[in-house]
Amino acid sequence: MAVDNSSPENPKRRDFLTTATTAVAGAGVTAACWPFVNSMNPAGDVMAKATTIASLKGIRPGEVKTVEWQGKPVFLFHREEKQIATMEGLGEGKDPEEDGERVKNPDWLVVVGICTHLGCVPARKKAGWFCPCHGSAYDNSGRILTGPAPRNLDVPEYEFVGTDQIIIGKTQA
Amino acid sequence: MKRVVSWVDQRFPLTSFVKNSLTEYPTPRNLSYWWNFGSLAGVVLVIQIITGIFLAMHYKPDASMAFDSVEHIMREVNYGWLIRYMHTTGATAFFAIIFIHMARTLYYGSYRAPRELMWWTGQLLLLLLMATAFMGYLLPWGQMSYWGAQVITNLFGAVPFLGSELVIWLRGDFVVGDATLTRFFALHYLVPFIIVGAVAIHLVALHSVRSSNPSGISLSDKNNIPFHPYFTVKDLYGLCIFLIVYSYFVFFNPNLFIEADNYIPANPMQTPPHIVPEWYFLPFYAILRSIPDLLGGVIAMGISVMIFAAMPFLDRSKIPGGARYRPFYRGMFYFFVLNVIVLGYVGAKPPEGFLVPLGQVATFFYFATFIILPFGSKIEEKWLRKRGLPAEVEALISCEEFQKSERRQRQADRRKARR
Repeated sequence: MAVDNSSPENPKRRDFLTTATTAVAGAGVTAACWPFVNSMNPAGDVMAKATTIASLKGIRPGEVKTVEWQGKPVFLFHREEKQIATMEGLGEGKDPEEDGERVKNPDWLVVVGICTHLGCVPARKKAGWFCPCHGSAYDNSGRILTGPAPRNLDVPEYEFVGTDQIIIGKTQA
Repeated sequence: MKRVVSWVDQRFPLTSFVKNSLTEYPTPRNLSYWWNFGSLAGVVLVIQIITGIFLAMHYKPDASMAFDSVEHIMREVNYGWLIRYMHTTGATAFFAIIFIHMARTLYYGSYRAPRELMWWTGQLLLLLLMATAFMGYLLPWGQMSYWGAQVITNLFGAVPFLGSELVIWLRGDFVVGDATLTRFFALHYLVPFIIVGAVAIHLVALHSVRSSNPSGISLSDKNNIPFHPYFTVKDLYGLCIFLIVYSYFVFFNPNLFIEADNYIPANPMQTPPHIVPEWYFLPFYAILRSIPDLLGGVIAMGISVMIFAAMPFLDRSKIPGGARYRPFYRGMFYFFVLNVIVLGYVGAKPPEGFLVPLGQVATFFYFATFIILPFGSKIEEKWLRKRGLPAEVEALISCEEFQKSERRQRQADRRKARR
């Protein structure tokens, strides 16, 4: 003996009630899922490591120091005059970008040391960097010259603190 | 949508399954709210599994990291505090619901033929739940976690001959340690899924014999109504009430069920002055402590959990159903519940002064109720029949007898037709 839920005698009020209740319940269930989904996002202490303070002291002109930020390597490159001069223009690779756009202070290049192809750490060469994994080559502004990498080396958010310190990464506003 | 469903139906009994077990499943029309607690337990099981899995994404089952990882969850993980409190409150809620569910079954005689297997699968579920809760309690690695586990694993030392080796094997170490913690974590993750399987068996048994009802007597088919929409809605309503109470504890009083001592990291060199298990183990803990002999206490505690399984055999009354028409049985039931509460109180306190003899008396009465039952139920039946059963009981009994004889006749006919 089954109840006929769709019989014409049932007033439309009941359908409205059922639909409205189901919709609210659905919204409630969706809302209840959010804390669980969000718990998988980086926790407070991980987010606190979102910024790194790096010292620029002791890096001689022409030298590159690698520091860690958010678990990733960051190249701090103290550029010499002639290296800066050769970086004029948009670069010769597939991702044209003005060198001036990629630095805050032309003496210092700060880029994330991860190849934009598949994530290896490029090795330092005389005129830039060369990725051993698949042969991408970058210039002294971190711009892609040849190879399969699609983009120039990423420039992270950073700020100068005085003249010999930078703070890499963005604190939550 | 209909076409998708019919495509599936040609290959899988989806619609017929849903119809048979849910939408058109016949349920007695007189079920009271005491029948909500089974489905409620199922919901809490799901809550525990989901919150548990998300906790496991951040928890570290290592003695040097466990306590801190729980605090990391509480303080750093987004909504970690919520997931953790839901899990601890859920454990308490689970036992509260299960105890009420068991009380309902005892009061209404739902453990009697033909529902013995339901009762025994339920007994198995209770044991699995207790094991899961016990292992889960070690995981925060607080003082109470550590020492509770130390004491209870020590009990296995009471086993003759193998005792001490058994304890070491169980712990993976000479004392409760990192080895114990890691294996308890693995098993605590596993056993709930065994519980899910056992619940499935419990429900298959239910669908074979169908729900009992407050009158305790099988109703004729016309007194059944479809599970959907009547009891789906009623279960949903009961769920909402439960969630309100549950949410009160999760958001406004979550630490009521957490021992203060468990916020102190485990110290194997120092026992807290007062060891208490979680509230749902207190009555059994009291029974354990009431027997002065170690092995005796362990055996008594074991029997106190397992003796429920014997109920279908202990209750020998031919009066169908439960306490409703049986004043002696009803009195015994209330007395038993009161006794369990007394035992719980005794278990919560240190065993000093008048509490010791009180615990022993309460333990005696605990087992006495079960032992008296076979004799008391028979005497009660004679007395009730002499006094004359109320008309509706007579009517229901004769109806049940009629249905039984009908069923026997149908079976005999089927057997004849097969030959």
